[in-house]
Amino acid sequence: MAISEQHEPHRRDFLYIATGAFAAVGGVAAVWPLIHQMNPDASVQALASIEIDLSAIELGQTVTVKWQGRPVFIRHRTPAEIKTAQDTPLGDLKDQVSRNDGLGGAEDASDANRVVRPEWLIVVGVCTHLGCIPVKDQGDFNGWFCPCHGSHYDLSGRIRQGPAPENLLVPKYEFIGDDAVQIG
Amino acid sequence: MSELHGEPYQPQSGFMKWMESRLPIMGLLYPTAVTFPTPRNLNYWWTFGGILMFCLTVQIMTGIVLAMHYVPHVDMAFESVEHIMRDVNFGWLLRYVHANGGSMFFIAVYIHMFRGLYYGSYKAPREILWILGVVLFILMMATAFMGYVLPWGQMSFWGATVITSLFSAIPYVGDMITQLLWGGFAVDNPTLNRFFSLHYLLPFMIVGVVVLHIWALHVTGNNNPTGLNVKSKQDTLPFHPFYTAKDGFALVVFILFFAMFVFFAPNILGDPINYEKANSLVTPEHIVPEWYFLPFYAILRAIPDKLGGVIVMFGAIMVLFILPWLDTSKVRSASFRPLYRQFFWVLVIVCIGLGYLGAKPPEGAYVVWSRILTAYYFFHFLVILPVLGLVERPRTLPQSITQSVLGKDDGGQAESKG
Repeated sequence: MAISEQHEPHRRDFLYIATGAFAAVGGVAAVWPLIHQMNPDASVQALASIEIDLSAIELGQTVTVKWQGRPVFIRHRTPAEIKTAQDTPLGDLKDQVSRNDGLGGAEDASDANRVVRPEWLIVVGVCTHLGCIPVKDQGDFNGWFCPCHGSHYDLSGRIRQGPAPENLLVPKYEFIGDDAVQIG
Repeated sequence: MSELHGEPYQPQSGFMKWMESRLPIMGLLYPTAVTFPTPRNLNYWWTFGGILMFCLTVQIMTGIVLAMHYVPHVDMAFESVEHIMRDVNFGWLLRYVHANGGSMFFIAVYIHMFRGLYYGSYKAPREILWILGVVLFILMMATAFMGYVLPWGQMSFWGATVITSLFSAIPYVGDMITQLLWGGFAVDNPTLNRFFSLHYLLPFMIVGVVVLHIWALHVTGNNNPTGLNVKSKQDTLPFHPFYTAKDGFALVVFILFFAMFVFFAPNILGDPINYEKANSLVTPEHIVPEWYFLPFYAILRAIPDKLGGVIVMFGAIMVLFILPWLDTSKVRSASFRPLYRQFFWVLVIVCIGLGYLGAKPPEGAYVVWSRILTAYYFFHFLVILPVLGLVERPRTLPQSITQSVLGKDDGGQAESKG
């Protein structure tokens, strides 16, 4: 190589580089299917949405449904709970972002940005720390408490204390009539 | 370093002469595994390399036969493990040996690693040997973690959830990586399936790195309790029969210890809640990893920040990679380093303490102590070791390995006649 550096690049150099580059592209193209097969497959993606009947959920009750292999908490909030959630100053929140898949993503974490109808709080029940399922009606903020590493969530599903970095995720959902919701 | 080559193989029979001129496999194995010159003063802490080879072999052999009966599917995994326990001939034995074998493997590897720390086995010229050992340790942890998921009990499932969620702490691509690992939006059947595949693959990668580890060992030769270099042939003994016998005796004692767990307390090292089938909607009260991960788990939980905790936990292992360059002392063995010897034992106690704290709930004084001990762990490697090498005054080293051995026997009159 030291000798060829002194010369003008010639045809042979171009062929070496072009062949090498082509082999590299081919190598990457061959590896991609081997990696991409690990991503969620068509049958997993197909379970994208579920419909839930809300009429049986009492005031103050939380039910857990399974969506995409994950639990989703549906909380029928009382007027007092709604008021507490709405009156929480934004400055008290650890995560200032709404974490609502139904919105753009840049909104603040006020209660209004985390619900469609104030009486129904719908969040993915996976702790944003390391994926445990928080326990309902526990913790210092009367919402959820994660037993694994001690994260406290309030009745808007927002992280208030503990190692979790984000608010519980609000999935994309829409109400179908008065008493049913479609998640996903 | 001519003294590091054992006596070459001399084929005696006509067949072996014919063979050696075509495939000189005995010519390769004989000087490395039979006549290899080994320091004459190795103590029993040096038998754990051989014990680890035994552990790896046992895990692979029992694992291959267990895979003939196990079903890696969320609906049948838990049941197939019970099927192995109740229906398969000797299934209970094979599974208990495999499950406890994992713990025995880690007991042996921790002793092996602390032996390396005590006698300075990571120092020049053995840096690559040590680094390959750290790679083996990481591969072992990955293998053990995936193996623990396979019975699909509650702790399998939630352990898998917590550990794979560690990757979600990586900025920007974290969620992509966890979905790639899970093959879905949570730990589920695709996760179990691929963990089974990888749990079968990784032990053979371990075998490959073990070959490199032993290769590197046979270039530099063994360290020894004095930490001195081998200077003459008198300092060494052929590996066989001297160390095959010593390793063999230690192995028998180790097997007795192993058998005690398998036959009398097969579940004592496991978590009872793993006999409850995985439920993706209920997290157990306390998620606790297997005992051999507890110190690292304590470090993870000591940091009140998700990404920070993950970085510090992986950092606790990564610091071992640069250990050969952190220790500035020229003297290898702690036997001649009065201060390092004390700090070594403090580190042992700190690691055991972290293990204890990792099993406790993350609250109150446990968290405070986890933070203190985590800080000390890094302080040991990043501050104490570099400084100690500069300020410590080592004791006088013996002239040679032979003198250190015979000097004790005849009161300092080291007359070395092999």
